[in-house]
Amino acid sequence: MSKRNPTYDFKWCPGCGDFGVKVAIEQALARRAVENQESVEKTVIVAGIGCSGNLVHLQEGPQPFGLHGIHGRALPIAYGVKAPRPDLNVLVVGGDGDMLSIGAEHIGPQARRNLNVTLVVMDNGIYGLTKGQASPTTNVDVVTSTTRYGKLDDKLNPLMAYLGLGVGYIVSELSSRVKPLGEAIKTAMDYPGFSIIHVQSPCTTYNDTYALLKGDEKKGIEPLAYPIPDSHDVTNLNAAMDLVKGERIPIGLIYRREGDSVASDQRLTDAKIRTKVEQKSVDALLREMVI
Amino acid sequence: MSSKNLVVRFAGEGGQGVVGGADLMASAAATGGYHVLTFSTFPSQIKGGPAWGQARVSSEPILTPGDWLDVLVAQNQYAYDTNLPDLREGGIVVYNSEEFEVAGNTRAYGIAADKMAREAGNPLASTIILIGAVAQMASIDIEAIEAFIVKRWTRGRASDKQIIDGNIAALRMGAEEGRKSGLTVTPLDAPPTHSEPRVMIRGFEAACLGAIAAGLDTFIGYPISPATTMLTYMEQNLVGLDKFVGQASSEIESIASLVGAGFAGRKVMTSTAGPGLSLMGEGLGLAWMAEIPLVVCDVQRGGPATGLPTKTEQSDLFAAINPGHGDMSVPVIAPGNPEEAFWAAGHAVNWAERYQGPVILLSEASIAERAQDIAIPDASKVLIEHRLVSDGKMGNRRYAGEGVTPFPVPGGPGAYVANGSEHDEEGDTTHLPDVHVTMTDRRFAKLKVLEDGTFEAERTSASIALLPWGGSKGAALAAWNELIAEGVDIGWYYTMFLNPLPPALLEALQAKRLVLVPELNYLGQFASRLRSMGVNAQAITQYTGLPFKEADLKSAIRERMGALAAK
Repeated sequence: MSKRNPTYDFKWCPGCGDFGVKVAIEQALARRAVENQESVEKTVIVAGIGCSGNLVHLQEGPQPFGLHGIHGRALPIAYGVKAPRPDLNVLVVGGDGDMLSIGAEHIGPQARRNLNVTLVVMDNGIYGLTKGQASPTTNVDVVTSTTRYGKLDDKLNPLMAYLGLGVGYIVSELSSRVKPLGEAIKTAMDYPGFSIIHVQSPCTTYNDTYALLKGDEKKGIEPLAYPIPDSHDVTNLNAAMDLVKGERIPIGLIYRREGDSVASDQRLTDAKIRTKVEQKSVDALLREMVI
Repeated sequence: MSSKNLVVRFAGEGGQGVVGGADLMASAAATGGYHVLTFSTFPSQIKGGPAWGQARVSSEPILTPGDWLDVLVAQNQYAYDTNLPDLREGGIVVYNSEEFEVAGNTRAYGIAADKMAREAGNPLASTIILIGAVAQMASIDIEAIEAFIVKRWTRGRASDKQIIDGNIAALRMGAEEGRKSGLTVTPLDAPPTHSEPRVMIRGFEAACLGAIAAGLDTFIGYPISPATTMLTYMEQNLVGLDKFVGQASSEIESIASLVGAGFAGRKVMTSTAGPGLSLMGEGLGLAWMAEIPLVVCDVQRGGPATGLPTKTEQSDLFAAINPGHGDMSVPVIAPGNPEEAFWAAGHAVNWAERYQGPVILLSEASIAERAQDIAIPDASKVLIEHRLVSDGKMGNRRYAGEGVTPFPVPGGPGAYVANGSEHDEEGDTTHLPDVHVTMTDRRFAKLKVLEDGTFEAERTSASIALLPWGGSKGAALAAWNELIAEGVDIGWYYTMFLNPLPPALLEALQAKRLVLVPELNYLGQFASRLRSMGVNAQAITQYTGLPFKEADLKSAIRERMGALAAK
């Protein structure tokens, strides 16, 4: 259920990382609405399928438009929303199954289009909604209902994949850091191009990684997640690749491509203005075919 | 004696200009005032493989490419051997004597057109040499073709005069060859006079223009034969600040982005063919479920999987109506020729807006690629319908109530969740049995607003009726005309609106003893569907990748009627 709609019959499990992401998005949208002096109705959240996709129904406060589509296709749906309607703010949410397995083929094209669209990936390293199958980001050797011998396939490094596919703005975050996450989402939405916020959002039922991410000083367990040092040059692609290539998960702004300063969806408008191409009437187009 | 028709086939292999030859022949004849219609068939490759292009020229309006050839232009031995059976008695063969020799055929004449063109310093003009020869043999006015050449190659360039002079010289060379051959076919009637301007148009152009006329503003597609022409036409012609045309990276992206754009309030369309339609199944289900207006133009080709990418077939009807899983019934409009494609596309855009859901414009390779002269369509007669837009009074309850309800457009009031999962009035997911019943009923009830389709009905008193669909209309009408002239009592029914069928048409068909449905597929898909609706329908099928011949259809109809009478 949600505050807005008590009959909505979906629930996240207690402690689910997605709660933090939801609140962070609400904060980001509220702040942007104030700063840009526009209603939240100018924003569209496109959701994939899975636990993450239900976020769109759970948004509290002023309501953005939502599109809860089909598994894996949230990015091309967002392309269709944004390209012909650049006046809208478009935020995409999805999980690791949605974005890194069935829908992974769409990240490259979206990066090349470089429209002003922000993708928030809620990575819990498991298929949660279908009750615990291995995903591309499930650790090797983990036994799940589809990996009885332990996961044999390699684990995907999503941050490296984004860099390789040419995504111009990449942030790595934790669902438990709600405030910085909200700020990161807001900043990413302000960035004039395609941006990805990759969030470690643990599944408390099938793959609880909170302890691993945080570590345990007493037991001498080093936290998996660590803050990116201030010395990191976010505009340096090689430095970004070095940063993400290890086992540990750097938290913060990974990469921001230099030179992306004009809203990319503006390029089409600029090209049209430059070439002065105008729509001919159908009658005029037909007249050109007169024998 | 003179003839109403001239059918010329240019046969050879891909890359030899056989399709271009037929097109040029048709354009020239149309400029001279004749009615024309082209058909081509070629393999799915850039060069090589058997290919031919056919032009039918007539003093009367044309329904089909023509069963029999008056002139066969054969570029190689294989083209000669395989196409000769289609030559009419008294027909002529013009063959490429540089490539091969024909012995023992007094109606064949060799022309080394490529060599002549090379020697004249105009190697691109070999097709024009052949056209000159054919025109001479068919007594077509050479001066009219010269006028066409002047018009065609007057492009405001410095080289215009040189090209025009070279091509006219080539045409005269060809005409001289035609004279030397001593061969003629029955001279063509003089061209008719026309009271209104005519356009030479291809099916894909007509479909694009009809959609634009109805207010289409967004087109996103992915290249696939034989539907790519629509994507490229839109990229060139759907332009301006308020328009968007994009190339997606797959058909899955095409349909997903169309859902996004339709949701965002745009009038959207894509073009694809069978394999793409298959990939779009889930996305079309999303559009049906979330009630998003969009149009998919499926230009049918042959077979499942890659099948016959460049051939024509009518085998996607089932897939068009039920493109995905679950209960849905996607509206389908199938034009029968390029002229109908213009109006059908406009209807498709309007239907999508009116019922707020996906519509399939079901075209075919032979319609999309056919060039035909038609009276210029009056674009001002295309109605422009807009979806009912929410003024916010419904709040976020977009899916409340029965039938079509106001559509909230992002940026405006009424924020809701457009949802592909079963949902309540606000679009929030629910799996409650009564909600699924209510919402399923709501989605199907919306189809009621599309029951305004028109249909043709002739000789309605006959107990047996002919009911073609799509591109089989032309051959079926030609066959029906002949049967009526021969005193056969058979009714004629036809509609572009295949789903939902116009209710009065369905009622009329249900009252028939037998309804014969010519269709280019193995399963008899439309006939099967009609039987499920209580019509005693029988399919007359063909699945060669080629259109029906008039004569074949006529004898098949007679055979079925005879079998019924013998019962």
